[in-house]
Amino acid sequence: MDYTITPEVGADGLHTNRMVINMGPSHPATHGTVKFILTLDGEIVDDVDIHIGYLHRGFEKMSEQGTWQQVLPYTDRLNYVSPLCNNVGYVGAVEKLMGVQITERCAYIRVLISELSRITDHLTSIGAGALELGGFTPFLYGVEAREMFYPVIEELCGARLTTSYTRVGGLMADLPEGYEQTVLGIFPKVKSLMKKVDALLTQNRIFYDRMIDTGTLSQEDAIAFGCTGIMLRSTGVDWDLRKHEPYLVYDKLDFDVIVGHRGDNYDRYLCRIEEVYQSMRIIEQVFRDIPDGPVNVADWKVSYPPKQDVYNSIEGMIAHFKLIMDGHQVPPGESYYAVEGGNGEVGFYVISQGNGRPYRVHVRAPCYYAMGVLKQLIEGHMLADIIPTFDTLNMIGGEVDR
Amino acid sequence: MSSALIQLVRDNFPTAVVGSHENQGDACVLLGPDKLVEVCTFLRDDPRAAFDMLVMVTAADYLDFPAEYRAVASPVDEDNAYGVRADNMPRYEAVYALLSLTKRHRLRIKVAVDGPEPSVPSLCDVWPAANWGEREAWDMVGIKFENHPDLRRILLYEEFEGHPLRKDYDLRGYQPLIDMPHLAEYADHARHR
Repeated sequence: MDYTITPEVGADGLHTNRMVINMGPSHPATHGTVKFILTLDGEIVDDVDIHIGYLHRGFEKMSEQGTWQQVLPYTDRLNYVSPLCNNVGYVGAVEKLMGVQITERCAYIRVLISELSRITDHLTSIGAGALELGGFTPFLYGVEAREMFYPVIEELCGARLTTSYTRVGGLMADLPEGYEQTVLGIFPKVKSLMKKVDALLTQNRIFYDRMIDTGTLSQEDAIAFGCTGIMLRSTGVDWDLRKHEPYLVYDKLDFDVIVGHRGDNYDRYLCRIEEVYQSMRIIEQVFRDIPDGPVNVADWKVSYPPKQDVYNSIEGMIAHFKLIMDGHQVPPGESYYAVEGGNGEVGFYVISQGNGRPYRVHVRAPCYYAMGVLKQLIEGHMLADIIPTFDTLNMIGGEVDR
Repeated sequence: MSSALIQLVRDNFPTAVVGSHENQGDACVLLGPDKLVEVCTFLRDDPRAAFDMLVMVTAADYLDFPAEYRAVASPVDEDNAYGVRADNMPRYEAVYALLSLTKRHRLRIKVAVDGPEPSVPSLCDVWPAANWGEREAWDMVGIKFENHPDLRRILLYEEFEGHPLRKDYDLRGYQPLIDMPHLAEYADHARHR
């Protein structure tokens, strides 16, 4: 693009050109590496060119270099504020292609971890959104609430963010002892922090004025641009994969799908707050209903044998060796498996060439398609409205750029 | 239910379909490139299909794929109008995943193309979601989308050479350095580092 500008001077000596300004990729008010090349007419954005790809790490190419299980740590780094959702989605795609039926306990635990991750995702979006509009306090309350979840996740799988908790055919390990008390024990404090965030933001005149009627997305545009998740539900479309294409055990659980009506930033913010409460409701039900039993499928061609068998029997050792060295022998074919992540439909399209190495793994990132509609949400509006719009979109660089 | 969708496409566009399968509960149709826009417009507008959302656009390079298994993911009708044969499949496939929010069904459409500069008609006029989806497929696999309003690289920088998700992309190779012509004038400066 040629950015040379010849000044045009108006009657009062002021330049009347539109100004081309670069915003990003590192900017204090955008959480995520993205570059906006804005053509401004005063404060109004005439044109924007959105450049992404600053966090592109070659996820899809790297997935082709190892075995099916070796892709799992890469999935943590996709939507890095809800890594467990990506873990669940990826192994679900491989299991779908293999035709593996996971155990019921495993399904309940996967629902539990998806909801824990969803809460951390929404808390990040709400908190960082408030921060970028100038509210440091609700940001810290949101982060404090999120910090209460990270030790809970760490107790489960040993890491706060790079969880890699699921395995093809099951999980890394069962829930720790007393996990129900650990998780439910933090809920009262989280709820009180959410109440404080709500009290600081929802009826706050400044927050309200900046969020109402900014970044308004119409239903037709949301559907036409492939937006899913909160972007779609805030426009009034009742669509949630957990309810309408239930996977794992969501059909046995009782929760509400939060649907907005305005499609603007304020609506998305409120949808996120309500979804946190719904996720907590789901977690309580999971602990009430979870059955006992194994978490891994009994077939040693699918899930790793227990360590007693690996070290004390030849069959266990060989099964472990084959799974690690050759990888899961996934029959040839392709499959697409989608889960409801924090931002919408996270889909994994996998192509198998019939052996233990993936041939192609593609991640359908919800924020990628949401970023596609961002141009429309920004153009014709004020420069300052970019900030709340970009925040409630919750673009996570890892997911968009992969 | 999936076979009803495939039958709908076959009935209305008998010559456009190259093959179809329903593995793992996913309905998938292989189409020829010339009727792609018409079929997709039909799928979007016809009330029995009602595919209002294009969920995913991607592409794959089947260069290293074992030929005997290609038919599992991309089965070919014997008498298809494009003369595509199972033993001579095109190298690239553009993949589109469609979703109907009202009817709650999904369909996957694949278009197999070949050649040094493979190209497929763009679906930007049918679903605006295709805009960014196709840009990524162009960037990564190098399939050109005809009539795309703005086909340029999205995840990689402009000066990048090659298409990384192609199987013959040299993983141990080098990308050319960005041209910075005036550096030569400051050759002395390096000594002070």
